[in-house]
Amino acid sequence: MALDRPVRRRKGGIDLNHRRGLWLFLVPAAAIYIFIVLYPSIQGAALSFTDWNGLDPVKNFIGFDNYVKLFHDPKALASVWHTLIIAFTITIVQNLVGLLLALGVNSKIKSRNVLRVVFFAPAVITPVATGYLWQNLLGQKGAVNEFFGFFGIPPVTWLGNQSTAIWAICVVIIWQFAGYSMVIFLANLQGIPQEVIEASMVDGAGPIRRFWSIIRPELAPSLTINLMLSIIGGLKIFDQVWVMTGGGPGGSTETMSTFLYKNAFQFGDFAYGIAIAVVLAILVGIISGGQFVILGRQNRGSK
Amino acid sequence: MQRYTWKTGILEAVMILTAIIFFIPLYVLIVTSLKEPNDPTGSLALPAKFTLQNFADAWNQGHLGNALGNSAIVTICSVVVLIVFSSLAAYPLARITRTWSKLAFFGFLIGLLLPFQLALIPLYQTMRDLHLLGTVWALVLFYAGLQMPFSIFLYTSFLRALPIEYEEAAAIDGAGLLTTFWRILFPLLRPITGTVAILNVITIWNDFLTPLLYLSGSGQQTVPVAIYAFVGQYVSQWNLVFAGLIISIFPILLVYFLLQKTVIQGFASGLKG
Repeated sequence: MALDRPVRRRKGGIDLNHRRGLWLFLVPAAAIYIFIVLYPSIQGAALSFTDWNGLDPVKNFIGFDNYVKLFHDPKALASVWHTLIIAFTITIVQNLVGLLLALGVNSKIKSRNVLRVVFFAPAVITPVATGYLWQNLLGQKGAVNEFFGFFGIPPVTWLGNQSTAIWAICVVIIWQFAGYSMVIFLANLQGIPQEVIEASMVDGAGPIRRFWSIIRPELAPSLTINLMLSIIGGLKIFDQVWVMTGGGPGGSTETMSTFLYKNAFQFGDFAYGIAIAVVLAILVGIISGGQFVILGRQNRGSK
Repeated sequence: MQRYTWKTGILEAVMILTAIIFFIPLYVLIVTSLKEPNDPTGSLALPAKFTLQNFADAWNQGHLGNALGNSAIVTICSVVVLIVFSSLAAYPLARITRTWSKLAFFGFLIGLLLPFQLALIPLYQTMRDLHLLGTVWALVLFYAGLQMPFSIFLYTSFLRALPIEYEEAAAIDGAGLLTTFWRILFPLLRPITGTVAILNVITIWNDFLTPLLYLSGSGQQTVPVAIYAFVGQYVSQWNLVFAGLIISIFPILLVYFLLQKTVIQGFASGLKG
């Protein structure tokens, strides 16, 4: 195939803006994306204003009724609250652990390559499987109680107790994904020029000062990605909760995802389930958008 | 360079200890699967008597063979579609600087924020109308769409950082767009293709809710759904259950250990954008 027109030169290169037909490359991806994600999402948002039950073709427009119901439903509000608790807890702890692990395996220790592989391994395992594994570990006779038993601590049914279940779930998620955060921080740490760090050592900066004034400002890109991933992942969390507690005991671990699943697919109230999904989408949009703006501002300020 | 001092030694010890703590759950998983049902030892102890019977039983009773096959088909097909379509799309998105290109990129990024549950429910009906529900193709299509934004984001960021000279040379030689892409650009994209592939493999292989809904009642299952059903049936027979869990996570762990260099370094190339 010959060029459609003479190569236009701008700043010594060809101008791809004028290559006819390049836009066609977008078509397959855009078609699938619109069909699978965009259109059904808009459809979903529209259905949340109806009383559709998922089976009948009959849908009546009922305005904001589903949303009004949601804001007066203590179970729905509790699920929002639990979702926020999980999202914020794992965002802070998982990234803190991930950062410490990254700093550890980015040092001169001999086992660093093996340790990287070990810490990331839980992140590739099916969450359904890790959920069942931890259900056993956290059980009355499980390894966690056995371990605490060595120190004379009486056994606790971690997942069966309303005050501990949600925190136990957070621990499981953090165990699974701290290595994921680590790998992202690590990639960033390895991109920091060694000379910068060595120069600071020559200047006599200790490890903590070195981290705070030299390394920390450089970590902005990985921090942005990590916070974004863990917040979005935390807000949407379903698998681990569903497998370990199913939202119980007494609704104490009900998240928005488990709550919408129950309403849509178990209670047959599709429209209400979708309304919860819309609220979840708005929540994700606001929190991650806000975070993006704040971090973007800080990044600019620190450089 | 920093040298290995006594401080490094302490750090090494602390890190290894942390790794051991991280590994305890997987250790319990393995030893429990090797114990007999009436094994008297505690969960942290080695088996009183080793057995592999749990694995044979789990394989037969959990219908795991069928599920592993389905998961493999779904994962491989979706990832191939994702790699081809998202790398193609990244070419204009990265190289064309006009407003419509920026808008299109932004349009794809919105998909990162939308919770997939929102599209899942209306799409359920569409899939039913297309008679795709209950087949693995519904899942392939679903994952191809769902993971498109993330894959396009990675490819576009990477491509933007890539010098344009190769494409110029190809254009001057008279190569068409598709030839330029396939012969020149795609090979240069290899590092990020590795990242896109492995991250999508992990996500798709492990997904639970979508196959739970879209395959329900069809007799077809993927690995996470098969495990869910299996545990539901043999609840609290932990030796058997854990053997099933190990069978189910073995393929993904194997892929990970074989490709761990690509996986871990892949993030670096993904992050550059």
